[in-house]
Amino acid sequence: MTPFIDPWWLPVIFAGLMGLSILLYVILDGYDLGVGMLTRLEKDENRDLMVASIGPFWDANETWLVLGIGLLLVAFPLAHGLILTQLYLPVVLMLVALILRGVSFEFRAKAPPEHKQRWDHAFFAGSLLTALCQGYMLGAYVLGFDQSFTAVLFCLLAALGLVAGYVFVGACWLIYKVEGELQERAVRWAEISLWATALAMAIISIATPLLSERIFDRWFRLPEIIALLPIPIAAATLFIGLAIFLRRPLRTKDELSWVPLAVAGILFALGFVGIAYSFYPYLIADRLDIWQAAASPEALSIILIGALFVLPVILGYSILSHWIFRGKATHLSYE
Amino acid sequence: MDALDPLILARIQFAANISFHILFPTITIALGWALLGFKLAYNRAKDGAWMDAYRLWVKVFALSFAMGVVSGITMSFQFGTNWPGYMEKVGNIAGPLLAYEVLTAFFLEAVFLGIMLFGFSRVPNWVHTMATLLVAGGTTLSAFWIIVLNSWMQTPVGYEIRDGVVHATDWWAIIFNPSMPYRLIHMLIASALTVAFLIAGMSAWRWLKDGGGEGVRRTLKAAVYAAALLIPVQIFIGDLHGLNTLEHQPQKVAAMEANWETRSHVPLVLFAIPDEKARTNHLEVAIPSGASLILKHEAAGVVPGLDDYQGNHPPVAPLFWGFRIMVGIGMAMLALSWFAAWTIRRRGVDAMPRWLAHGLVTMTFSGWVATLAGWYVTEIGRQPWLVTGVLKTADAVGPVGSAMVASSLTLYLVVYAVLLTAYIAVLYRLARLGKAAPNDKPMFPVPTIAPGPAAAQEELA
Repeated sequence: MTPFIDPWWLPVIFAGLMGLSILLYVILDGYDLGVGMLTRLEKDENRDLMVASIGPFWDANETWLVLGIGLLLVAFPLAHGLILTQLYLPVVLMLVALILRGVSFEFRAKAPPEHKQRWDHAFFAGSLLTALCQGYMLGAYVLGFDQSFTAVLFCLLAALGLVAGYVFVGACWLIYKVEGELQERAVRWAEISLWATALAMAIISIATPLLSERIFDRWFRLPEIIALLPIPIAAATLFIGLAIFLRRPLRTKDELSWVPLAVAGILFALGFVGIAYSFYPYLIADRLDIWQAAASPEALSIILIGALFVLPVILGYSILSHWIFRGKATHLSYE
Repeated sequence: MDALDPLILARIQFAANISFHILFPTITIALGWALLGFKLAYNRAKDGAWMDAYRLWVKVFALSFAMGVVSGITMSFQFGTNWPGYMEKVGNIAGPLLAYEVLTAFFLEAVFLGIMLFGFSRVPNWVHTMATLLVAGGTTLSAFWIIVLNSWMQTPVGYEIRDGVVHATDWWAIIFNPSMPYRLIHMLIASALTVAFLIAGMSAWRWLKDGGGEGVRRTLKAAVYAAALLIPVQIFIGDLHGLNTLEHQPQKVAAMEANWETRSHVPLVLFAIPDEKARTNHLEVAIPSGASLILKHEAAGVVPGLDDYQGNHPPVAPLFWGFRIMVGIGMAMLALSWFAAWTIRRRGVDAMPRWLAHGLVTMTFSGWVATLAGWYVTEIGRQPWLVTGVLKTADAVGPVGSAMVASSLTLYLVVYAVLLTAYIAVLYRLARLGKAAPNDKPMFPVPTIAPGPAAAQEELA
């Protein structure tokens, strides 16, 4: 079949779709994983409630990772092979961690009570290890898979940075989904992790242009720099604004409990736009661009037809599911 | 071949991952429809016993689904980490098929699963029934796309090769490739039989313990009847699938039958130790002309043998034994389900002899074994090709070293062993916790539209 649009655009569209899936994954599974890590700080009833707050969503949230990696696989087969063979070890560890996280979700509720604690440990460890691996991979990806000692240090820093980011968005999710004392504690967790997240984003933002002349030029050149300045300024304003918002007592105006989550989402999006702008049009820094890595235009257009029909539906029923389970979390049951 | 050959290790790792993964879709594909059946039966008569059954098996579904999702994610990374040559060569065909699987099926299941599991009291009953339908449909659609791709790798059509890369020329031919319909139906019925024996086995186990409730008797009876009805269909479809394989991949059938030379009056080998070095069988026990009769429907029928494909056919012993394990279990399923159905029909569940219930318990996971054996036959039977005639397995493997693959393989195997043990233990625990009730009295007061009684709520995290 012949492509129905200019073949030049197809890789661009798919890079956009892939980016969107990865961004949605990082925000959506980010709050799941963050809540998973925070369960360590609570016990019994509260822990169950925290797990219940993500119960109906985690399956669908994780599927955005399958879609993001799936799009890399199907639209940019060359890059998929190159990136994943480079990241072999963190990928394997992340997969094992995701397996542990996903199944302990089920097992902790269905195994005999005396084993529950063990599955709780696995749930926490799986969430933490997933976040660490993803952060490490983000670092390695930004550095173009440099294996030097400083590069590995940077990757470890990025791993901790993403843990902070996920804890931050997880705490914001809890502010939105729970109430009372647990909500107050979630506010405190959000206040702390907010600064760690801001620091991590600042470090990555400064490191990236220093690593590549091309990226440096893209950011610090007139007139681009004027058009780009709003991104860091907006991020800084949001961080400070949210910190002020969180200091004020929340209970009297609980109808605003969604605000931190929305701000966290926007902050993640801003960080993502920054990285995307630095890299475009490369999939692997300065080595492989989206046109070199793309599958044939025929294959891309047949996927695109399906994607154009299905993606709005997926978005629609994800929203439907969040709407059905809206409001404060309650203990889940199969009733 | 060296045991630490990265190719062999990568193949074992892929086999381990996909074998672990397929266990759970095999359950969820058919269990989704079984749950829809329980739900509709409940809707019709507002009979609480069916809702008891639904509540028990929806938990098994949730657990199996989670295991399937997480092990499925591993699969989507595996292509890149270990088999980059695969997508480079046939990505233009495999890509769209995998994309459609994720787009149409995976999301449908993942989103409506939440409503199906936790939404009974939050949405109207018809929405809940609809969510169950969409989840069941989603799992089946997912199986459809995956089987399309697998079948295309077995019997590729509708493509051309330009500059060493495969390009699609006819999507209709690719989707409805020659082996797809047979493999799809064979797998869907395999899933149904796996679930039927799982439900029958677990229910019989509970029945042996303390009789269980009305829900246990209902599901035991339904599962035994379903198995008795489906197993002859499966044997018939399996035979057609075999004939289709004979037409398109004769070397696979020759290895399954351990038939070394092309000839007429080929015997049906019941037992043998195939010897690939000497290219002959030892200790052969066979029915004269049996294979010719089955495959060509006449005793003098000429059946192709392995010697026509020297150096280009799959290893013989795993196919020969894998096929016999699958067929053997099929025969055991036939005998047991027919006898059980006949007994239950004549005398009712409670008059069933205890040895028969023990037989059903023994067969609880037989569907898994048969399904795995069957997949080993068809997948190993494709070797040395990854995509028949297009791409050799050895040419697709990535540059990752032996030590790295060996460590990841060990890690996966340990995790899988732990999870499989926990999974089976939890299944028995759920079956034990299910309600017991005196005869003919459903435990549940009939719920109206929404929530069941608080006492029945088992909390899920």
